[in-house]
Amino acid sequence: MKQIYLDYNATSPVRPEVLEVMLPFFKEHFGNPSSVHWAGRAVAGAIEKAREQVADLINASPAEIVFVSCGSEGDNMAIKGTLAALKGKGNHIITTTVEHPAVLDTCKALEKDGYDVTYLPVDKDGQLDLADLEAAITDKTVLISVMWANNETGNIYPIEEIGKIAKKHNIRFHTDAVQSVGKVPVDVQKANLDLLVISGHKIGAPKGVGAIYIRRGTRMTPLLHGGHQERNRRAGTQNVAGIVGLGKACELAGVEREEYYKRVRALRDRLEDGISDQVPDIKLNGTPDRDQRLPNTLNVSFAYIEGESLLLNLDMFGIAASSGSACTSGSLEPSHVMGAMCVEVTLAHSSTRFSLGHETTVADVDKVLEVLPATVQRIRDMSPLYNCGKTTDECETCETVRRI
Amino acid sequence: MYTDKVMDHFTNPRNVGEIENANGVGEVGNASCGDIMKIFLKVEDDIIKDVKFKTFGCGAAIATSSMVTEMAIGKTIDEALELSNQAVAEALDGLPAQKMHCSNLAADALHEAIKNYKEQNG
Repeated sequence: MKQIYLDYNATSPVRPEVLEVMLPFFKEHFGNPSSVHWAGRAVAGAIEKAREQVADLINASPAEIVFVSCGSEGDNMAIKGTLAALKGKGNHIITTTVEHPAVLDTCKALEKDGYDVTYLPVDKDGQLDLADLEAAITDKTVLISVMWANNETGNIYPIEEIGKIAKKHNIRFHTDAVQSVGKVPVDVQKANLDLLVISGHKIGAPKGVGAIYIRRGTRMTPLLHGGHQERNRRAGTQNVAGIVGLGKACELAGVEREEYYKRVRALRDRLEDGISDQVPDIKLNGTPDRDQRLPNTLNVSFAYIEGESLLLNLDMFGIAASSGSACTSGSLEPSHVMGAMCVEVTLAHSSTRFSLGHETTVADVDKVLEVLPATVQRIRDMSPLYNCGKTTDECETCETVRRI
Repeated sequence: MYTDKVMDHFTNPRNVGEIENANGVGEVGNASCGDIMKIFLKVEDDIIKDVKFKTFGCGAAIATSSMVTEMAIGKTIDEALELSNQAVAEALDGLPAQKMHCSNLAADALHEAIKNYKEQNG
C-alpha cells in the first residue's frame, strides 16, 4: 500500500539534498566549531555559510541569525528574553488566542510570574481585527507576538500591517514564522520585525534545529547561559550537522518557493474542491479566502463524526493527516484554535487537517478523494448524532471549550 | 497505541445500529469531551436478546461500544449490570491510559439502557 503523507505542518522528511550536505559533519568534519585547531576550523566556516543561507531567505543579515534547537526554543527565547531585557520598561505582552503552544504557554507561564498578557480574539474565520490590537496597546506594552501563519488553519496574518502598528508605538515585534517560511514570502524588513522564529524540520531539514532572527541592536537576555557560542546569545555547542542542513533547506526554499507555491496550491485547491463537492455537511475551518491561507493547508470538519476515528480509518488506507480532536491532543479538550474561532464543539472534535508538501502528488490527492467520502459516511452511520434531527451547523451560543 | 483487539473492534464493529422496538435505551457521554454512546436493548424475560449501539467518538469509544454489545448479549439484566468499564477494557486487552477515563463508558451506557428498561417495565 502506498503511503500518503499529508501532515507536513507537523513535520517533513529531510530532503535528500539536505541530508547529503549534512553527512560529512557526522564523520570527517566532527570538530567543535569553537576550537582553534584544524578540526574546529573545518566546521566553523560551514556554520557561517548556513547563517548566510538562513539570513538570505528572510532578508536579514547573517549576524542577526542565532541557531537554536527548535521553534519552541526560539519562541521561548524571543518572549522571555525580551521581557527580562526590558524589565523596568513594561510588563505587558499582546499576543493572540490562536498561537502555537510554544507562544501561548510561554505567555501563560509569564502571567503566573506577574506579567500581563492580552490574548487577541479572532472571528469565526480565524481572522484578527487590528483595531483590537491597537486598542490593547498600553504604555506598559513591551512586546507584540503574532504568528505569521496558523499551523492548524493555515490562516496568514497581516504581519506587515502589524509591523507598522508596532513601529508606530515603538513596541518590539515577534513572529512565530515556523509555518510560513518556505511557503510564502517572508521579509523581516518589510514586516518591521525584531524577532522571527524558524524551525528546521518543517522545511526539509532535520528535527532538533531552528533559528531566531534578532534585529541588530535588539537587547535580549539569553535563555541558556554558558559558553560564548552564537555571540553570547545562545550557549551550547552548535548542532553543526543540523545547522548545515537548515542552511541548505533555507537555500532550497528560497530558490523553489514560487514554484512550490504554484504546485502545492493547485493540489490543495484540488483537494478542497473535491471534498466540498463530494462530502456533504462539512465546515471549512479558517478563512474561505484561499489567498489568505498557506498554499498547503486545508482544515475541514466533518459533521457528526469524531476526528481520531476518521484519522484511524484514513490510516488504514495509508493516509496520514491530523486532527484537532481532544483524543489526538492528549487532553480532554479539542483544539484551542477551534475554540478561539467559536467552532461548535462536536465540529471542533472532528476538525481534520490535511497539510501538503514537496512530495505530494496529484495521485495522492485523488486517492484521498476516492477513499474519504465512503469513510466519512461509514463513521456517520455509526454516530448517534447523524440523522437525529439536530444540526451542528452554526454555533449560536458558542458552546465550546476555551482554553483562555 | 491500540491493541489488536481494539483495532479489530474498531475496524469491524459488531452490532452497530439501532433496534426499532428497543425496550431499553441508554445514552452517556457529552459532546464537549468528544464521546457520546447510545445503547439499544431488546430484553425478553429479563434476558438481553439483542444489543445495538451508535457511538460518536474516538477509536477507543467505538471499540468499547462494540465489545460491550458482544459481552451483554445472552446475559440476564442482573448479570449485565455487573459488567464494568474495567471489564470491557480488559476484554480488549487494555486501553491507553489517557483513554480509560474519557472513552471507556460503554458499560455505563449499557447500565443506563437497563435502567431505562426497568423504568419502562418495572
